[in-house]
Amino acid sequence: MRSIVHGGSCGDSCCLRIEKLGVRIGAEEILHDISLHVHCGQLVAIIGPNGAGKSTLLKAILGQQEHSGSIRFSTPGERDRKMRIGYVPQSPAFDPGDPISVEDLFVCCLYKRPAFLGASKAMRERILECLDRVHAKDLLRKRVGTLSGGELQRVLLALALEPVPNLLILDEPLSGVDVEGISTLMDMLDELRRDYDLSIMMTTHDFSALRRYADQVVLVERQILRLGTPEEVLSSPEFYSAFHMKGDGTT
Amino acid sequence: MSLWYAICDALPFEMLSWQFMRNALLAILIMAPLFGLLSTMIVTGRMSFFSDALGHSAFTGIAIGCICGAAMPTLVAVTFSVVFALAFSYVRSRSNQAADTLIGVFSSAAVALGIFVATLGGGSFTKYNSYLIGDILSVTPGEIGLLLAVLAGVIVFWCLHINRLTLTAVHPQLASSRGVPVKRSQALFTVAIAVVVTLSISSVGLLILNSLLVLPSAAARNVTRSLKEYTLVSVGFAYGAGILGLICSYYLGCSAGAAISLLLALVFAVTFALRSLRS
Repeated sequence: MRSIVHGGSCGDSCCLRIEKLGVRIGAEEILHDISLHVHCGQLVAIIGPNGAGKSTLLKAILGQQEHSGSIRFSTPGERDRKMRIGYVPQSPAFDPGDPISVEDLFVCCLYKRPAFLGASKAMRERILECLDRVHAKDLLRKRVGTLSGGELQRVLLALALEPVPNLLILDEPLSGVDVEGISTLMDMLDELRRDYDLSIMMTTHDFSALRRYADQVVLVERQILRLGTPEEVLSSPEFYSAFHMKGDGTT
Repeated sequence: MSLWYAICDALPFEMLSWQFMRNALLAILIMAPLFGLLSTMIVTGRMSFFSDALGHSAFTGIAIGCICGAAMPTLVAVTFSVVFALAFSYVRSRSNQAADTLIGVFSSAAVALGIFVATLGGGSFTKYNSYLIGDILSVTPGEIGLLLAVLAGVIVFWCLHINRLTLTAVHPQLASSRGVPVKRSQALFTVAIAVVVTLSISSVGLLILNSLLVLPSAAARNVTRSLKEYTLVSVGFAYGAGILGLICSYYLGCSAGAAISLLLALVFAVTFALRSLRS
């Protein structure tokens, strides 16, 4: 496993470089002095207690949150390029009553043809290809409001992967997903980053999943408290303190 | 219009021998797709109550236009409604209050302002009743032309913006991540509803307008599974209730607007029962 996240210099191999990032909303400082470098093809988990600023950090990277400091993207040989980011939002609650199928959602996101006309044959084939990436072809006709947590995450993941991004950001993708679903989703993410060499950043509270799948873990609570491999961070005093746990893992 | 009258002459229906019925039927044939389409988005975007408030604000705009002696009260009314819609969007995006509370605030203020302006100096309110209740049977060829122009505008707007509007309505965060300017989309849609409601209210009245803006799609949601079905069924319900309501009003001697609204409510009840049976 390569060491891919750190606060120091890493030459041209960084995919994402965050330098001295800060976010202030009104008088409140949400994030302070966040410096983080993420290399290509790696899975980085961002953890922290509720209200620690994890989602705000993701929003800043997505360009949806004003911030100080800098966020730069590059791939080897191409500095400060425009990065393609795929995003799977948190708690994607769709109204169960909305008559919107998975196919409709794809048409709305990917095409200019009005969704109320339905998808053309070529569009449907493309959408099925996208769904096939996450083994969800059978969900095409289902209404988005009736999907289970795991199914919905797969559909949103398929959307985020079209077009294939350089960086995939997932906000709490494992919340509301059952144990089997978590395993399926994480195996899929693992497969995707290898197939497409994409970097993945995700926030999560599922420490057993990140122990198994993450290359690096960033513990955030307004600032970076600890950064390293899952073993390093999950056994650190900062981790126990942030989650109000004793050294034996109990709270 | 002469082509339409010729078609009516060729049809073997007694009620179409009356010119006001021919005009009303043509108005219904234009209004059904217009409001059937708009209602799908209004209900998906949870703006049913907002469209009702807009109807009241349009009435206020018309009252202001009449009192000010403006040459074109409709223009004043449209301007007032657009300002009302934008002010509401601005406050909603910057307030922590629930949307329905804010709609209540804006609606009450608009109605109060309308009545205040209309009755200022001892003026009578009675002349504005036609806007509140409306009468599709008294629709004029000029108003039908206006409805047709509004329909054409809405279809163009729909084809250009529906995907972004749908995404914004069902999941603003996802829409934003796909590069959709969420606040601008929401403002654009509220302005579009404001313009349509205000231009239509003088022809058809508030009662029928509001029922057509909410009920067809509310009923369609009970029985459809995709946007295509949703749109088709919503427009279909608007057509069915519109034409049948007009026939009822002719033979029963009741208000056409009320008959159409009641039929749509009945359609909602039937589809609701169907949905309950299915699940």
